[in-house]
Amino acid sequence: MTWSYLPHTAEDRQEMLAAIGVQSPMDLFVDIPEQIRLHRALNLPAPLSEPELAKFFQKMAAANANLQEYACFLGAGAYDHFIPSTVDHVLRRSEFYTAYTQYQPEISQGYLQALWEYQSMICEITGMPVANASMYDGATAMAEAAILACHATNRNEILVARSVHPHYREVLATYALDFGFAIKEIAFSAGVTSLEDLTGMIGKATATVIIQNPNFFGSVEDLSALIEVTHAAGALFVTVADPLALGVLEAPGKLGSDMVVGEGQPLGLAIAFGGPYLGFFAASSKLMRKLPGRIVGQTVDRDGKRGFVLTLQAREQHIRREKATSNICSNEALCALAVSVYLATMGKEGYAETAEQCSQKAHYAYNEIIKTGAAQAVFAAPFFQEFVVKVNKPVAEINEELLQKKMIGGLDLGQYYPDLAGHMLLCVTENRTKVEIDALVAGLGALA
Amino acid sequence: MKQQPLLFELGKPGRKAVDLPVCDVPQVTGLLPDNCLRSQKAALPELSQLELMRHYTQLSNRNFGVDTGFYPLGSCTMKYNPKINEDVARYAGLSLLHPLQPAATAQGAMEILYKIEEDLAEIAGMAGVTMQPVAGAHGELTGLKVIRAYHRDRGDLVRTKVIVPDSAHGTNPASTTMCGMEVVEIKSEADGSIDLEALKAAVGPDTAALMLTNPSTLGLFESKIEAIAAIVHEAGGLLYYDGANANAIMGIVRPGDMGFDVVHFNLHKTFATPHGGGGPGSGPIGVKEKLVPFLPNPRVQKVNDKYSWVNSEKSIGKMHGFHGNFGVIVRAYAYILSMGGTGLRQASEDAVLNANYCKKLLSEVFDSPFERFCMHECVLTSKKQQANGIHTLDIAKRLLDYGYHPPTIYFPLIVEEAIMIEPTETESKETLDGFIDAMKKIAVEAAENPEIVHTAPHNTIVSRLDETLAARKPVVRWEP
Repeated sequence: MTWSYLPHTAEDRQEMLAAIGVQSPMDLFVDIPEQIRLHRALNLPAPLSEPELAKFFQKMAAANANLQEYACFLGAGAYDHFIPSTVDHVLRRSEFYTAYTQYQPEISQGYLQALWEYQSMICEITGMPVANASMYDGATAMAEAAILACHATNRNEILVARSVHPHYREVLATYALDFGFAIKEIAFSAGVTSLEDLTGMIGKATATVIIQNPNFFGSVEDLSALIEVTHAAGALFVTVADPLALGVLEAPGKLGSDMVVGEGQPLGLAIAFGGPYLGFFAASSKLMRKLPGRIVGQTVDRDGKRGFVLTLQAREQHIRREKATSNICSNEALCALAVSVYLATMGKEGYAETAEQCSQKAHYAYNEIIKTGAAQAVFAAPFFQEFVVKVNKPVAEINEELLQKKMIGGLDLGQYYPDLAGHMLLCVTENRTKVEIDALVAGLGALA
Repeated sequence: MKQQPLLFELGKPGRKAVDLPVCDVPQVTGLLPDNCLRSQKAALPELSQLELMRHYTQLSNRNFGVDTGFYPLGSCTMKYNPKINEDVARYAGLSLLHPLQPAATAQGAMEILYKIEEDLAEIAGMAGVTMQPVAGAHGELTGLKVIRAYHRDRGDLVRTKVIVPDSAHGTNPASTTMCGMEVVEIKSEADGSIDLEALKAAVGPDTAALMLTNPSTLGLFESKIEAIAAIVHEAGGLLYYDGANANAIMGIVRPGDMGFDVVHFNLHKTFATPHGGGGPGSGPIGVKEKLVPFLPNPRVQKVNDKYSWVNSEKSIGKMHGFHGNFGVIVRAYAYILSMGGTGLRQASEDAVLNANYCKKLLSEVFDSPFERFCMHECVLTSKKQQANGIHTLDIAKRLLDYGYHPPTIYFPLIVEEAIMIEPTETESKETLDGFIDAMKKIAVEAAENPEIVHTAPHNTIVSRLDETLAARKPVVRWEP
């Protein structure tokens, strides 16, 4: 049997074995003790040819409801935004996607420059002076920000808002457990973090306060007030930001946030059943040498020409080993390239306009739903593109009906917050048309 | 080739690269309070679509991938990335899926997760697999947390040390620290194999695990693995397999049968998914039966031909916001399906053949410290070229002038002036012969014209870059 990915002919193998001085390929495996070897074939299906492979995956794909066929009103950390055609065309260039990490900068200037441009644009939208070249996703970026804060302040208490994404809080707990850090949750009230609760619990042991903005319920938090309380206690403030919302919302860096992290998926990454995504990580200058992950820096070559290299590598695992700031090696570089292309394609006007339309459409949907009595209002707080409504039937039942009408309904909040049973988290991005929104309102209304 | 201007040096106010629709709902003012709004629009570029595509096309022309040329980076497994895998991963029914959409609407996606878990368990010799970790290091951390949870669950709270050989990849000790445990480094034998006496001295009641890769980071198979496993298990510790070098052994020997309890695979190495210039990757872990309850939540279960999500009470929790890098997983599954068991075995055999071929021919000219057959990668040194002050770094930079990506240099740390070559099975004999020829030419240059090697590269868009300056005075963003 032959494969298109294995170029050796029988002749090639014979010539090479002869050059090495052995008779058979298995002579090269002499160091593997007989008794541990696998003495049978691997129990895997027989190989598929290319057209068979395509048909197989078409069948797999057809067994899923996809967002081209269904209007998506589900957010909760993964968003159906419009992705311009330029992004995938750049990602398909094999000089980018088949490359490795840029350890040989002389032949990697293209990618290094693209990543430096990515860092620059993340700094611009977050209002921070420093950003790395990516983490795994928003959840792990948040976890690593918390760890950084504990090490930087030499304290071990993490305060995280209960209005932060439940999965993110779970990842944080999983990461923090083995360090022995203590995690306390700050209550929410009327859909936003309770300043009173934070003030009551913050103290000298607090390393960091973590707030998501807009929060999991879609509400806009009062960052300035929360930052003030945090800094007064000597702790570091971490904003978990929606990077597309930053098209209209003030940059957290300008408000004094020490770190701004979050999920980059809204900026041009396919929703893809949850990955590959991207954790962006921006920080103050003071924290630069403690950052996890790759950082691209500008420098010059022997002739004084501008060039780019991976820098501050002394933080990283391949140099510092057990003393590294993190164990991260492979990150989400190609996703960072995608985000770069997205932001450059949308540009100054398109980025602001897209964010504005998310807000306009979400508010149109919300007002129509409340006005027609299709569901009830819950929180009075201002929101960006997601909002909470109270419904009269079980959320699962409503979503079943909406599915029949080719819509994917909102999140059943009762699954994550027992105090919010019977509540639905709806998301309306700029990618939803008025026709689709009106259909949602009518669909909900029919079940009210 | 000239340098490409920065994105921020291109374009003009008023240009745009995509046409967006006008808002089709009636627009309202005052949706958000003034005090939370941006005072100024973010200063992003304003390019026409052509300017933008030219920019990124020009940047791609200043980069080097596997599709460009030979990429023999030891330990990275830079094998060819099949194009059909890129296509299937982009099918709307696989890429336009919300991770939280009802399971009934995602049965195809969940079947892929379920089936690749089965296939990787078979290849690894393990009982259960999770696809949640998104990189090798992420898999390491997940595996160490599973191990730690297992010991805790048995009431054994003093096992906080992880034994790591000095030949290990940097992520091994770094992951140990990230798991709140202490690294106990043991010195390897000269050939990178485990010193059994050192291991016996290092194990104890505080041993959580030993982290090992086999073949080792020197590309040599650790024949004493059964004895090593016995020592660690007897002391109550578990064995962790770093799967970075799994390309040497598929279908030939399985980590589970060697005695390992936890395995991670790098899908972006062994299973042909693209390296992407630093990710996205995928680092699934496989575990023996007794560790399955501790795997991250949720997992896919199959009941009466229907797939659903299930949580385990003893799970370590979540390591990722959602289900891992699904798009990468689809590509790896496509690779496994196209190769089958016979193809994966052939791939490993050819990988080992290629590395030994290079080793044999290059050792005519380069110092080859280890006599025995290597596995999928070989380690040489530049010792024979040092007469005129030429080092491994110089040889690597000179290779750039010959149109090759250099091998891995200065790793593993325990071999001085190391050059680690991994010529994957997707490379033809002609490619290997071309590379060997170039290396031999450089060896001659090192003797007869050392200056040209010492000051290389000469044919690249920039010459050697000042990394010291970049670290002393970091400039990590553009300023107007």
